[in-house]
Amino acid sequence: MITKKEVKHIAKLARLGLPEKEIGKFQGELSKILDYIEKLKEVDIKKITPTSYSIEMENVMRGDEEKEKLKTKKDATLKLLELAPETKNGYLKVKSIF
Amino acid sequence: MELTNLTITQIYQALIKKEFSALELCQAYLDRIKKEDKKVSAFLTVNEDFALSQAKKIDDIISTSRGIPLLAGIPCAIKDNILVEGIRCTAASKILENYIAPYDATVIKKLKREGCVILGKTNLDEFAMGSSTENSAFGPTRNPYDLTRVPGGSSGGSAAAVAGNLCVYALGSDTGGSIRQPASFCGVVGLKPTYGAVSRYGLIAFASSLDQIGPITKTVEDCQIVFEAISGKDELDSTSVELKSKVKSQKSKVSEIRIGVPKEYFIKGMDPEVEKVIKEAIKKYEEMGAKIEEIKLPHTEYALPCYYIIAPSEAGANLARYDGIKYGYSEIQNPKSKIQNLLDVYLKSREEGFGTEVRRRIMLGTYALSAGYYEAYYLRALKVRTLIKEDFDQAFKKVDVIFTPVSPTPGFKLGEKITDPLTMYLSDIFTVSVNLAGLPALSLPCGKIGKLPVGLQIIGQSFEENKILKIGEIFEKTWPPSSYQK
Repeated sequence: MITKKEVKHIAKLARLGLPEKEIGKFQGELSKILDYIEKLKEVDIKKITPTSYSIEMENVMRGDEEKEKLKTKKDATLKLLELAPETKNGYLKVKSIF
Repeated sequence: MELTNLTITQIYQALIKKEFSALELCQAYLDRIKKEDKKVSAFLTVNEDFALSQAKKIDDIISTSRGIPLLAGIPCAIKDNILVEGIRCTAASKILENYIAPYDATVIKKLKREGCVILGKTNLDEFAMGSSTENSAFGPTRNPYDLTRVPGGSSGGSAAAVAGNLCVYALGSDTGGSIRQPASFCGVVGLKPTYGAVSRYGLIAFASSLDQIGPITKTVEDCQIVFEAISGKDELDSTSVELKSKVKSQKSKVSEIRIGVPKEYFIKGMDPEVEKVIKEAIKKYEEMGAKIEEIKLPHTEYALPCYYIIAPSEAGANLARYDGIKYGYSEIQNPKSKIQNLLDVYLKSREEGFGTEVRRRIMLGTYALSAGYYEAYYLRALKVRTLIKEDFDQAFKKVDVIFTPVSPTPGFKLGEKITDPLTMYLSDIFTVSVNLAGLPALSLPCGKIGKLPVGLQIIGQSFEENKILKIGEIFEKTWPPSSYQK
């Protein structure tokens, strides 16, 4: 069973606002899921190498070259900026850190 | 001629023979969506003008008597976590409610090159997290076979749209069963391709080592056509690979096929009616001459807990991008908000923008990756993943394909499992192993319980999509759905 304090801590790490009334709910649900996951402790994993990807992966390299013409690049930049909630002089605007 | 129940090849033939135009066809589907989708709610966005203009272009090409690709003019639907330029893409989340896709996913680029007609975007569980499409921020989709039941998930909108004749085919995505389970519940064909067979560029990321885009269709033949159109290496997705062979499988005689049936997939708690339908399907293959062998996949019971560490861990990292700054819902735009600093923007935007299941999985993943728990959870799960993959490697030394049920139950009632996350997770128990091992698997309609369809899962070795499709087609031709329709 994870504690309410742990639930609050995880939410903070995940940058999720957590209303007071949901703490108990998440505590119960996450504990139940984690109990189920405990099952993995039955498996002998000594000498087993971990698998991150199911297929063999190689790093893919390419030349650091400009691909698109400047004009289409500008259009693409504008398109992306239009999606942002707040911009100023072609930059994303953010709230102050403190 | 009823225009809305044809397959891709039937339409292709009719278009060339000018029995009807692409525009008429498109209009027939749009009319049907208008009438029928009020009940099913498969679509989140329908873009009539866009669809009709695409259809018109195909008619122009046909009128000049030039040849057209197989998929030209065929009306399709796209799961709303795949980007189509200029069209809203929500991932069924409030956080992307007003997000307009700035570019095409590679699969869309490929389909557009073929001249596809995109009718609209289909509903899903928010960010593809769920097994019933009830986790959509915009309301659930219903199963066309029984409107009181779920279509499965997370590609429930796509499967319901194909089953309800609201499109000819659809694209879905599959991270732990999200194409196969809804295909099973809705009585349509669904393919989860080998990891890397289809580019993920432009698919809204959930768990990047597991996600794959795949087709949902009415027939196996259609499935093959769509799969061929969307697969292949893409320089924008470094995990994509060129298929080793596009050659059709050599083994086409049913008497040469060795089918493995893992006993771990016939477990207590499974609906006995489902078990009966699946065993009958296996028996039919045996009667046709295939060799059936019992095999062992000993780590099967650990696949689901393993998945529920790996998928949420990757999701937690992937969904960190929704921060209320670059795009999507932002608390900055809320005039009543009391936010003061950057942290408040993150916390509030994510709290308001994400639904319960998404937040639950982000928390689970964050916990599994947090200091002190990484080795106990995440690293352990990656090692168990190795064992699950090795189980399949061993099994495929003896057999060509593996047959299992897709899900332990047929489509369940709306509301039946939504209150208990763990119960919902259990409906993916037969599908997650395939994603962990990166294998291709087909969900093939093979029978019914009353009016509810049941799917057979045909699992193949990596990049042997053609083989599993071929084997599925044998059943479909010998035992078409009309042979068990009541």
